[in-house]
Amino acid sequence: MTRGRSVTALIGLVLLVGGLAWGATGLYGFGHYHASYGRIVAHASVPDRSATNSVVVTAFDYRAFDTLGEEFILFVSVVGVLVLLRRLRGESGRDEENVAEEDRRASESTRWIGLAAAGPLVVVTVYIVVHGQLTPGGGFQGGVILMSAIAFVAVGGESMVLLRLRRTSRWVEMAESAGAAGFAMIGFGGLIAAGVFFQNFLPKGTSGLLTGGVIPLANIAVGLEVGGALLMVIAELFDQRLRGRRL
Amino acid sequence: MNQLAPLAVAVPLLGAALLVLGHSLVPRIAAELLALGLAAASTVMTTLLLIHVGHGLTIYWFGGWHPREGVAIGIDFAVSAIGAGLAAFVSSLMVLALVFSIRYLDVRHPYYQVMMLTFMAGMVGFCLSGDLFNMFVMFELMSVAAVALVGYKISEGAALEGGLNFAVINTIGAFLFLLGIALIYAHTGALNLGQMGASLRRSGDDRVVVVAFTLIVGALLIKAAVVPFHFWLADAYAVALTPVCLLLAGAMSELGIYGVGQVWFTAFQGALGSHLHVVRAILVGAGLLTALWGGAMALTEDHLKRLLAFVTISFVGVFLIGVGLLSEDGVAGTAVYVLADGFAKALLFACVGILQHRLGKVGQHRLHGRGRSMVATGVLFTAGGLLIATVPPFGPFLGKAMIDDAAIKAGYGFVPPLVALASGLCGAAVLAAGARVFCGWGDPGRDAPDLADEDTEPETREGQTRTPATMFGPALVLLAGAVACGVWSGLPGLAASAAHRFTDFPGYHAAVFGTARHLGSVKSSSPQWFDYLYGAAATALAIVLAGLELWGERGVPGWKRASAAVAAAMGPIRSLHSGRVGDYTAALALGIGVLGVLLAATLV
Amino acid sequence: MSVYPYIVAAWLLGAGLYGVMSSRNYVHLIICLTVMQASTYVLLLSVGYVSHGKAPIFADIPTNSTVVDPVVQALTLTDVVVEATVVALLLALVVQANKRFNTVDPDAMTRMRE
Repeated sequence: MTRGRSVTALIGLVLLVGGLAWGATGLYGFGHYHASYGRIVAHASVPDRSATNSVVVTAFDYRAFDTLGEEFILFVSVVGVLVLLRRLRGESGRDEENVAEEDRRASESTRWIGLAAAGPLVVVTVYIVVHGQLTPGGGFQGGVILMSAIAFVAVGGESMVLLRLRRTSRWVEMAESAGAAGFAMIGFGGLIAAGVFFQNFLPKGTSGLLTGGVIPLANIAVGLEVGGALLMVIAELFDQRLRGRRL
Repeated sequence: MNQLAPLAVAVPLLGAALLVLGHSLVPRIAAELLALGLAAASTVMTTLLLIHVGHGLTIYWFGGWHPREGVAIGIDFAVSAIGAGLAAFVSSLMVLALVFSIRYLDVRHPYYQVMMLTFMAGMVGFCLSGDLFNMFVMFELMSVAAVALVGYKISEGAALEGGLNFAVINTIGAFLFLLGIALIYAHTGALNLGQMGASLRRSGDDRVVVVAFTLIVGALLIKAAVVPFHFWLADAYAVALTPVCLLLAGAMSELGIYGVGQVWFTAFQGALGSHLHVVRAILVGAGLLTALWGGAMALTEDHLKRLLAFVTISFVGVFLIGVGLLSEDGVAGTAVYVLADGFAKALLFACVGILQHRLGKVGQHRLHGRGRSMVATGVLFTAGGLLIATVPPFGPFLGKAMIDDAAIKAGYGFVPPLVALASGLCGAAVLAAGARVFCGWGDPGRDAPDLADEDTEPETREGQTRTPATMFGPALVLLAGAVACGVWSGLPGLAASAAHRFTDFPGYHAAVFGTARHLGSVKSSSPQWFDYLYGAAATALAIVLAGLELWGERGVPGWKRASAAVAAAMGPIRSLHSGRVGDYTAALALGIGVLGVLLAATLV
Repeated sequence: MSVYPYIVAAWLLGAGLYGVMSSRNYVHLIICLTVMQASTYVLLLSVGYVSHGKAPIFADIPTNSTVVDPVVQALTLTDVVVEATVVALLLALVVQANKRFNTVDPDAMTRMRE
């Protein structure tokens, strides 16, 4: 670091971090949260929506519009990654042979662990996404697990799967954008069916899976979107590695 | 009619998702037209919303979640004239930018259109939102789309560097914003601005409030690129695609200032209102520093887009002064100025884009005299330059006059001459550049080996012998807009009434929790004789300074020494803009720290 | 100590910010951004904690029990996943920059000579 930068940085850090600590310690102590917003929302989720996971109900019902925004941040980041890592004229790839060669060198046992884990992980994903409104979980977590299912396989030694993913990425892309569009359409559904955007227009049910109105559908849409998005991202980054450049 | 508020945001988003869904089926022209249609729809919706909302404040609760027990449990859109007007302005700029991109821009469709639509949706959502965390989400949405659009030209090193600097600084800003939200949420128990304001009024000033305010305002000032958080802007605007620059300069920079106004007038005024003069001094001071810094740097730039970036920074300074006066008149003046100036800056960027399309370069000295055949573009560029030098009686002049009057009313009589100076500097930079490129005046002179020398990847593919109508048309419309803002006599009155509503603190809370307060329209005063004087002086300064810039070395004795002295003085300032993200981050930390220390003066 | 989590949040912010300012490798810089991100989550979640409060999932506890604040948890939940993709976007920029400049050192990458 140059001297100018070190001096500025030192003063800046002291003021900023010190200031934050000074401000935050002016709050109530840890554990003394007393505002009404959380309390009202927590205790209302079961009567309002028959859903026991009030975090998911908050994210997908009370504050659904925020989640729409966040979902589209994710969506546009992935589009950004696709655009930034696009193949320019003159860039070639080593592709298949090198990947196959690498895979051959991977150990058998890790490959089998990877493959064996993939199936159960997909099942776990479906479980978590669908039970989002009842137990901890939901679309976001499920999507991440879905991605890790594929990543598991690739890391274990079947990198070819990522290559094939890149080739069939049309389907993944469609799943991802369908998820994004689906969530937006749930909002529109509220508008059309009940007169207010994001109004939860399906019957809330009493217990079990079909509770929470549109929340399970929203979870599925988000799960598709997040899973698809993350898969596309790792496929793109993996593709870059194939093009022969060391990082 | 109220439904238009969420639709203005959701329709472009849904359209973007569907464009990606069907992307292999959609040919280029269909994607372009669809995107244009969605942007136009958004413009129409926000304009209708603006007309519908009039002098009032409409609250739209998402999901039908109305407040319970005095607590807002859902998210709301709080639509007033300023918010809806800004949203309409942003959407209309997007329409012009998309028209500019038709056919010639060498981009990957439909991904480019998807990113632009999402960018617009984020901006519109930010303007309409009444919930602080929702504002944060929209802020992030804008930033992420903008990062991808700025770094688009991946074969140019400068573009990647600009994109990375932009991304890192804005991301840090977003984190500071979130930290501020956490603190203020803990303190007030609210994320809704109206509820927050009421709670802050009860609890009063406190160190938590000061730190939260520092972080939130700091993050917004980073986005707006106020000194010392502005370093990323010159790097980013210099390398982005022209239609993106149009939007960034014309719309995104203003949103940071709008955010500052929004959080002050609806929430923090409750707690810090008794220390108004301290906050005002800080904001106006920062604004003045930014205005002068931007103007001075603009004069030293060779690269046309970077020059315009510094002009943008200078204007952000003036916007901050207008809003930072924390008064109704200041906000009204800023509203008019943002509108007029947004058009003018976008016009200048459009002209540079046309130059880039026809001649392939953006360095003034490289382009010396080569624009001679492009008469119409030259006229537009010069008109833009005069407009930003606040030539009376057009749009920017009117806005500046209103801000000057507000400053004098608040006791800041020294502000108008300094703002005139800043406008003059910016105008001079633009006029000199225009004369150099379009008329071939001035020396072909120094061959500064800098950014402009690098072979820029051509933004466009064909048609380099004529300027296509899809590029020229938007430029004309932008000029018309900038001129009209000054000529339309109803604008100041509308702006004044809108500002009256924007600054109405008790009315906001009342509207959010049930009963809207009726506010009538407010008259605004017309520019005084000294406003005309300042406007004329700024214009004259611009012309004289431009002339000196071009011919001073030959004609005026002593100019050589004077300009060498100035260049030497500017040297250290220029070297601060090093392009290194570590330097920028250090400046950011220092800036936020100092801002916090200054604001802590409100506790004394 | 009842202010301990807040100090941790401030510390994480400082450590991450220092890392960004002094970094010689862009990938390291982006990970430091992730550390700063962590500080925001720590602060958000710690302001919502209620002593002896349970998780706000009523699957097996009575619906009137004391629970922690679900609102901040919902905010953090969506944010974590989304920021991961934003990090991916930054990394994509770094990958391309590496190809163009043959380095990942932020100080060596400058083309903006002023």
